Amino acid sequence: MSAHVMGERESTARFGFWLYLLSDVMIFGALFATFMILRGGTAGGPTDADIIEPFPVLLQTLALLASSFTVAVAVLAARAGKLQTMKLYLWATFLLGATFLGLELAEFINLVGEGHSWRESAFLSSFFALVGTHGLHITIGLLWLVVWLAYYQKRGMNDGMQRRLGLFALFWHFLDIIWIWLFTIVYMFGVGV
Amino acid sequence: MKKQTRTPWRAPLIVSLITVGLFALGWWLVDDLYMPVLQPSGAIADQQLTLLIFTVVLSAVVVLPVFVMLVVFALRYREGNTRAKYTPEWSENKWLELVWWGIPIAIIVVLSVVTYLTSHSLDPYRAIESDNQTLEVQVVALQWKWLFIYPELGVATVNDLVIPVDRPVHFSLSADAPMSAFWVPALGSQIYSMNSMSSQLNLIADEAGTFQGYNTNINGEGYAEMTFEVNAVPDEEFAAWSEERSESGHVLDRAHYAELAQPSTMPDPMYMRLADTELYQYIVMKNMMNHSADDSDSATMDAMQHGGAH
Amino acid sequence: MEWLIGRLSLEYLPTDPATIGAAIGMPLGALVVAGLLTYYKKWTWLWKNWLTSLDAKKIGVMYIVVALLMLIRGVADAFMVRSHTAMVGVDGEGLFDADMFQQVFTAHGTIMIFFVAMGLMFGLINVVLPLMIGARDVAFPWLNSVSFWLFFAGMILNNIALVIGGFSSAGWLGYPPLTGLEYSPGPGVDYWIWSLQIAGVGSLLSGINFFVTIIKKRAPGMTLMKMPIFSWSVLVTTVLIIISFPLLTATLALLSLDRLMDMNIFTSYLGGNPMLYVNLIWAWGHPEVYILVLPAFGIYSEIVATFARKKLFGYATMVAALVAIMFLSFLVWLHHFFTMGAGANVNAFFGIMTMVIAIPTGVKIFNWLFTMYRGQIRFTSPFIWFLCFVFTFTIGGVTGVMMAVPALDYQVHNTLFLVAHFHNTIIGGVVFGFMAGITYWFPKIFGFRLNERLGKYAAYLWQLGFIVAFAPLYTLGLMGAVRRLDTYDDPTWTPLFIVSGIGVMIIGAGIALQVLQFVVSIWQRKQNLDTTGDPWDGRTLEWSVPSPAPEYNFAITPTVSRRDEWWYAKQETIRRPHKSEYVDIHLPQNNSMGLYIGLASLVAGFAIVWHMWWLVILCVVAIIAMVIMRTMDDNTEFTITGEELFELDSKRFTAGKAKA
Repeated sequence: MSAHVMGERESTARFGFWLYLLSDVMIFGALFATFMILRGGTAGGPTDADIIEPFPVLLQTLALLASSFTVAVAVLAARAGKLQTMKLYLWATFLLGATFLGLELAEFINLVGEGHSWRESAFLSSFFALVGTHGLHITIGLLWLVVWLAYYQKRGMNDGMQRRLGLFALFWHFLDIIWIWLFTIVYMFGVGV
Repeated sequence: MKKQTRTPWRAPLIVSLITVGLFALGWWLVDDLYMPVLQPSGAIADQQLTLLIFTVVLSAVVVLPVFVMLVVFALRYREGNTRAKYTPEWSENKWLELVWWGIPIAIIVVLSVVTYLTSHSLDPYRAIESDNQTLEVQVVALQWKWLFIYPELGVATVNDLVIPVDRPVHFSLSADAPMSAFWVPALGSQIYSMNSMSSQLNLIADEAGTFQGYNTNINGEGYAEMTFEVNAVPDEEFAAWSEERSESGHVLDRAHYAELAQPSTMPDPMYMRLADTELYQYIVMKNMMNHSADDSDSATMDAMQHGGAH
Repeated sequence: MEWLIGRLSLEYLPTDPATIGAAIGMPLGALVVAGLLTYYKKWTWLWKNWLTSLDAKKIGVMYIVVALLMLIRGVADAFMVRSHTAMVGVDGEGLFDADMFQQVFTAHGTIMIFFVAMGLMFGLINVVLPLMIGARDVAFPWLNSVSFWLFFAGMILNNIALVIGGFSSAGWLGYPPLTGLEYSPGPGVDYWIWSLQIAGVGSLLSGINFFVTIIKKRAPGMTLMKMPIFSWSVLVTTVLIIISFPLLTATLALLSLDRLMDMNIFTSYLGGNPMLYVNLIWAWGHPEVYILVLPAFGIYSEIVATFARKKLFGYATMVAALVAIMFLSFLVWLHHFFTMGAGANVNAFFGIMTMVIAIPTGVKIFNWLFTMYRGQIRFTSPFIWFLCFVFTFTIGGVTGVMMAVPALDYQVHNTLFLVAHFHNTIIGGVVFGFMAGITYWFPKIFGFRLNERLGKYAAYLWQLGFIVAFAPLYTLGLMGAVRRLDTYDDPTWTPLFIVSGIGVMIIGAGIALQVLQFVVSIWQRKQNLDTTGDPWDGRTLEWSVPSPAPEYNFAITPTVSRRDEWWYAKQETIRRPHKSEYVDIHLPQNNSMGLYIGLASLVAGFAIVWHMWWLVILCVVAIIAMVIMRTMDDNTEFTITGEELFELDSKRFTAGKAKA
């Protein structure tokens, strides 16, 4: 297959993936709207200021931002053919992502433990739905990364693997951007910054 | 292929004639039916009828030429009609296009002005101007019956709305059921009634009579049977009726209300004495709070009065 | 046992005679088909040529077949609804109890929109769009098959509800709190949610696929403004899909979180907000209407130009109108619930926006009329469908403008007047358009034309049946008849309901004629063979290839220099390409993974409805595994060499010569 055909395929796949991300933005848009409308629906239960603990969330944010950086480095390294560096930075990305997810789970478990589960009020329902959907995306991203690494171990690098890595990086940056929105709207507004 | 050029346009013409015939037949058949939307008994429904006629006439300005052109062009430019011109490349004409952007725009501009004005003048929340005193009725949609509360008179009824003629009626509506909607076609304007919300509606009856009222939004199994009667009676008769009702019959308090709110249909109307004048507020508020269900917080209540969106 | 089968139990088997009939009939029908396939040894043929094919044309045909079967079910539902309301007036009993009646109209609405209209739309797009833009395939052929199988899975799940558990009885858009746990604890609403959710994801993927196809895969020289207008309508529709379908996905997901995890997002307790649901669902629901009707507009545009033998009038205006409608369709959703009592200014804004949409729509109608003007019109059956469309849709437009005035909507909302209005636009606009499209492009796929006479009679019957069925509903609405009533007291309504039922029967007769049309046309296919590839004297690229269109669509990628490329090209001498001009091409291999993903989604959906969590997890893991396997597979194509292509393509020229 000619380089021309491959290049075209690469750009078609990227374009399609961008559109998927656009549609995902709409999903998050609906969830954000829901959260903002139901924010006041606490039904006498805890409000956002009551349940948010700034420190772990700040750690989460730092971890995710750092992982966006490491994945960018990994892609550059892959393009430059420095495969060892690439691998190193991808594992770093994975660890940072897992840290983020771990902190989020801890937050959820903590809340439920204190009796503030999604059942308690519309506000908490929408909080869990929005933050949880982002967490689900992160989980899928981590799975994608591990699968990619496993195949890389088996196959080594080629055009197809390069393309898939590029798409993954796009997805991961996208999740980072969503998180910045989430951090601002849910957490920063929540604690009244 | 030859045969095709000779006859095929006749069949559509025949079908069109049958269509016209069907409409004429239908018109004749439904002529003496009672259509409350077209034969209103209240000022609001009356204005809505005028609006209906106005929009139909205005639309006809565009629609009739379309129908005429459709038939004329189809017949005249049929294949095989050698007298008609054929210009296969003619596909643009700025002036013509300007005309058919222009005419609909003009019509829509007129209609928009009317829309804006009537959205305000016929806003269901807008009080009706009248020399007579406004009657307050609180409406609660239950599964599957309507509870009407007259807080000023100490009366409540189920599925029978008695109102005085020529006096504006202000309704506050809520539901203790899935979203329902209150509609009396002869009087005009329907409105949704929702849990934990209080929406409003203003209507007036111009003549005495019995009208049908409906729930227009599905709310479960007994939905179709959730109809009610509206009895518009002269003011004196209304006064006598309310006096009589406020002194006899069942008592409606929170306990009895809880029973009434159980899902059921109710073919015959019911009349009660209102023991708890705050019952409506209680119904609106009761599902909102987790910890303090019975504290009716008047600030929240005011916010809810406007259906959230006002 | 509960961990194994969740809340499933025998008590959910149907008890109603009508449902028992369907519950036995449907599996029996499937068995008969399976038996016939076995008897005639057609399984391999079905598997290789159809089920696992990634050829867009074949996927398109499968969409259309499923959609037409569902059309029959949907019309049967409509007939039962109207028979019931007519009989209730006569004997007070009718066919069903209230709950069953509500299930029937809910199923009718859901099936007609999601599995008939959407199915026909995606079917036609698949069949014709790549051909029309000179492409060999869609951008993502495998994703296309996943989309189809998700659509299929949603359809099956919807129909399984008939066999066990029953369907939702809360109307096709299922407003909470009625669809919340408190008022609808049974499996019906879950069936509704998950069949739409699965099919909806398929639609979203298709939307992305076709948008990329149009942007990236057009033939060289075909700029956007040289595309056939149908391609434009699809482009606009896919934009609407990409933006609005995620809203449906999110809304249904939130509703199911309320139901499965006891959340309070749309409940009326603890701060939940049912109005939010109504807003969200219509933010998808209104664009959805245009998603369906715009491709139909595109089809009409192609048909009018072809059968008037004339260039489409005002091409640029048509494109502008499409794009205007695309934007406006996101600004009108609130007109579905003026009666919620938002403020007068809010209502007025949405009312005016709704009317503004009438402007570009009206402009399109004038452009079609002036395409007919000074043309040479052939009254073929697709053109008859078009005539019926202009008549029916315009009336729908007038009643639509009426309902767009909020103050007037307060008097007709949620009555049978509303029901008649949207059938006016959906049947007149969407269904007639897709029927026209099926007739028009049928020869391109199968190599022979459909019987013209039967096709025309079917169109006339649809048109007459439509009037007889819906004129009484308009009248009933003005008499105060509310929609979705299973019973009523007013005896003057009964005759009108009976007439309406007769109308449905006439439409049913039209459908019977269409079935007959297929049978007769297949039987007499030799008489209607399309040997030229261009049976209607068409204008666009799909008519430049032989019929049935080859798997690779174009042996040599065409180059385009003008609108209606084929119309002008065939007036010049067509040169036979030299052997060296044929290059190797790559086509996708058959793949069964899409089918298995659809199957796993179906089982997962069923398992969620019945709370069999282990099975849900199993299916989701299986789906993920299959997606990984497929996306990591680099060897998905096969090659046809230039020489083979030269041989295959030579038939086109010998056949053409023989005819000349």
